Amino acid sequence: METLQAIPLNHYILLSAALFSIGVMGVLLRRNAIIIFMCIELMLNAVNLLMVAFSAHHGDGKGQVFVFFIMAVAAAEVAVGLSILIMIHRNTNTTDIGFLNKLKF
Amino acid sequence: MTHYVFYFLSFLAILSGLMVVFSKNPIHSVLYLVITFFAIAGHYILLNAQFLAVVHIVVYAGAIMVLFLYVLMLLNLNVSAEPVKKTWVKVAGVISGGMLLLTLVATFGKAETQPLIQKDATIGVTANLGKILFNEFALPFEISSVLLLGAMVGAIMLSKKEVNK
Repeated sequence: METLQAIPLNHYILLSAALFSIGVMGVLLRRNAIIIFMCIELMLNAVNLLMVAFSAHHGDGKGQVFVFFIMAVAAAEVAVGLSILIMIHRNTNTTDIGFLNKLKF
Repeated sequence: MTHYVFYFLSFLAILSGLMVVFSKNPIHSVLYLVITFFAIAGHYILLNAQFLAVVHIVVYAGAIMVLFLYVLMLLNLNVSAEPVKKTWVKVAGVISGGMLLLTLVATFGKAETQPLIQKDATIGVTANLGKILFNEFALPFEISSVLLLGAMVGAIMLSKKEVNK
């Protein structure tokens, strides 16, 4: 069974590169820690999309299993990160990352 | 037909991704991110990865985004009280993001120009992925269960109020 999708593979690469760059830009631009978390999720999803595209192209299911693992790790990361954020908000009453500069020189 | 769906979903994903970064209200950012995730789920369906599309909607749009919204409303951050960064920091952020995009496009843009041909359209169904997951990736599967348990314990420990002090 052969399905032909006429979309060039490098369009998937371009889409993933654009989404990843938007995520990086969001991390650099915003100061709200929750929005920075969301931009990290965006970057993870760009990589997932590229991995599924190449998995479909090579006819190998291992890439999709790997995406499944990335989703599990992302869920764990979000749970722990948001609880750290709640902790920070409870102690400093803000989620501004510019406020958390006590560790810098 | 597939062409139009692909370009529409790509446009939707990139536009709402930009709106995540540039909208003032954090609640709006979360909702735009949900739109992005649905567009990416549409891409998965186009790539014949039905199982991943459903898992993506359930995990991301269902669980993670609800967690984000819950924390935003718990911390009462739904007003846009975010202090603005300095202008040169914003310009530097946009320039470095754009340069990253330029580098990625220049490096990988011409890498694979042949059209995406799916040799086997059934690799994305649940039965196939389950066979791979439980044959070759059984050990990582168990380790990820330990990871999720640790994350659960850690989240509860971190967000618990210290009462007896």
